[in-house]
Amino acid sequence: MIRRPMDAGLEQFRVPRGQVFIVPNRCKDCQFCMEFCPQDVLERSDDLNAKGYHYAVVAAGKEDSCVNCQFCNLVCPEFAIFSEEVTEVGSASH
Amino acid sequence: MPATEQRVLTGNQFMNGDTACAEGALAAGCLYFGGYPITPSTEVAERLARRLPAVGGAYVQMEDELGSITSVIGAAWGGVRSMTATSGPGFSLMMEAIGLAAMTETPCVIVNVMRGGPSTGLPTLVAQADVMQARWGSHGDIQAIALAPSSCQEMFDLTVRAFNLADRFRHPVIILADEAIGHLTERVVIPAAKDIVRTPRRMQPIPIPVAYEPFRAPDSTLVPLMPAPGKGIGAHVTSLTHDERGYPATDAPAHDRLVRRLYDKIALHTDEIIDVEEVGLEDAEIAVVTFGSTSRTAKRAVSMAREAGIRAGILRLITLWPFPEEQVRAVSQRVNAIVVAELNLGQVRREVERVSAAPVLGAHHAGGALMPPEIIFQSIKEAARHGQGNGRRSASDRPLTAV
Amino acid sequence: MAREMVADRHPTDLLLRSDRLPHIWCPGCGLGSVMSCYTDAVQASGIPVPLHVAVSGIGCTGRVAGYLSLDSFHTTHGRAIPYALGLKVANPELQVTVISGDGDLSAIGGNHLIHAARRNIDLTVICVNNFNYGMTGGQAGPTTPRGATTSTTPNGNYEEPFNLPHLLATAGAVYISRWTSLHVRQLRESMRVAIKKPGFSFVEVLSPCPVGFGKANDLGEGRDEMWFYRRRSIVDDNANLADVGLSMSEDEPIVLGNFVNRDRAPFRPAVEKWAIEEVLHGEA
Repeated sequence: MIRRPMDAGLEQFRVPRGQVFIVPNRCKDCQFCMEFCPQDVLERSDDLNAKGYHYAVVAAGKEDSCVNCQFCNLVCPEFAIFSEEVTEVGSASH
Repeated sequence: MPATEQRVLTGNQFMNGDTACAEGALAAGCLYFGGYPITPSTEVAERLARRLPAVGGAYVQMEDELGSITSVIGAAWGGVRSMTATSGPGFSLMMEAIGLAAMTETPCVIVNVMRGGPSTGLPTLVAQADVMQARWGSHGDIQAIALAPSSCQEMFDLTVRAFNLADRFRHPVIILADEAIGHLTERVVIPAAKDIVRTPRRMQPIPIPVAYEPFRAPDSTLVPLMPAPGKGIGAHVTSLTHDERGYPATDAPAHDRLVRRLYDKIALHTDEIIDVEEVGLEDAEIAVVTFGSTSRTAKRAVSMAREAGIRAGILRLITLWPFPEEQVRAVSQRVNAIVVAELNLGQVRREVERVSAAPVLGAHHAGGALMPPEIIFQSIKEAARHGQGNGRRSASDRPLTAV
Repeated sequence: MAREMVADRHPTDLLLRSDRLPHIWCPGCGLGSVMSCYTDAVQASGIPVPLHVAVSGIGCTGRVAGYLSLDSFHTTHGRAIPYALGLKVANPELQVTVISGDGDLSAIGGNHLIHAARRNIDLTVICVNNFNYGMTGGQAGPTTPRGATTSTTPNGNYEEPFNLPHLLATAGAVYISRWTSLHVRQLRESMRVAIKKPGFSFVEVLSPCPVGFGKANDLGEGRDEMWFYRRRSIVDDNANLADVGLSMSEDEPIVLGNFVNRDRAPFRPAVEKWAIEEVLHGEA
């Protein structure tokens, strides 16, 4: 594979933005999403879910950091987190 | 070999029992055979390896009998009639998967051409000692359907019937043949294709109802309709105890409900399965209860008895499981004594003792050769002495057994 | 913009029996991640979803089939592959994937595994390797690395484990890859390729088992085992497969990659004599 340098014309690339969705009661606090989110968007909740686990939430100050990369969606073993692309700031795509 | 592309070899054929069994499978519409060579059943595999591809089916030679029976179960769920054939050691290996077929209500046919055991035993020689294994070999409260052919014709006919029973009950059906029948060559009359009776597999219609439950029986047959894969039904089929949705369940009521239904779907319909043949029992004082190849030498023993002035006849068990209790009991009420003739040391005799109103004697041999008529005749003579003037002994008053 | 939004269902639920969630797997187990990659691969395969069939054996991974809303078969221990073979031969239209564990596939089912690869039956086998028998509480198996502690190797495992990619390559598989449940993008893509590949495909997924294996070997929680993969993994598609065996040593890499992708005529049992030539000359 030939990798081309991206430094020319970087401004024409638009980084996607994502909105994080959580199904709180599915989370078992394995922390895969928190530990390996490339943007460090996630942290443990203060409160507990119905199963008694702290669940993933978006960390304070990280509201605009999700790039909708789908890593959390794929790695979450509990089907408890996903993101959707936001087309404009402040509204989810659906 | 004649016309290989012909599915039903209609006409008078001269073939051995194993080959007739293979032809019965083809006539029944079997399209998958998963096999592993083992004497004395190999000819079933060899015949189907040649014949199946030509009729659009598949023969797969698996790596072992665990694989062959499991692939047969998979093929049944894939939508075809499927079968395997083996003998004692391979049958032992198949026990767990026969339980899987029973638990998941999978129609399939397993042919066991019995040879001498235990273990490797007598690979090339006859025995009839897997009767109890066919009934109780797989763990748990399992039901069994087993048929015992005693001629090449029956190897054909009962194989067709086995497929029909498998689909009727969604249950694995065992052909409990023996080496002497598997390797016997005699005339087999194969009917026209249109005259081969074929019980359809009752499939779940599509589209499925909203609250569809794949393992809920719709009627008094207690047999659920079978869901076909690949149609968007999304049924889950598990070897675990499951509820009507097919989901694993670990609660006692669900387990009892499932096991009872699996048990009762056969226990409540034994009249559709059980078949026996009575020969010369009209005036008999002694009934010889027997099956498979031993029923053939028993005929000679009965002639010897009649020549000696003892009125003997034969009750031949065509169905071994479910056990023909009513038929045996009825005969036992008409005769003075019963002789059970079998190439094992008492497997069917104990079943007969359980239900007989008359004294029961055994004529047993562990196998290695056909049952000598003399052994049966000896037991008939003893039974006649025993039964004289006391024709209605209770079964618990256990007589001597000639072994 | 808002922080997280609360949802009551997940996009993957379309392919799940979501009424059965939560699943039985422990917190920190990677099986859910593998399942998520598989459902994504199914959707990305371009093959209609109803044609996908999942077959599992027994064990923790054996439970995968039961959580998928596909036609799914949970069979007996070790027998997922011959079951899948029967399904595929009887109904070649089905896209059959076996998802099972290392113990189920390579110990009790080991004979079927190598023979299916030898035959090149058109199946995809996803082998989730957590280095032990998890369902029964963490016993050693044929993939347990040398020296690893389990409940049946209390003094360390003294047996050599299988190097599964090497074994399958030798046996004849046409597609072989290895990823971990951390490498979800590569894993999903590898599964998609394996599903599409005619013939026998094998995807090994290393996956954390914090309760059965991690605890006894001081690997910490599931997330720590994921870090262990991140620290030690290298990707080398061209690795010499004889050298990709796995060890407990921090000094040795865990070699991942899409190792094998070759063409060989898939198994076709129902061929007439006239078609044999075609099979011998590699026409699929």
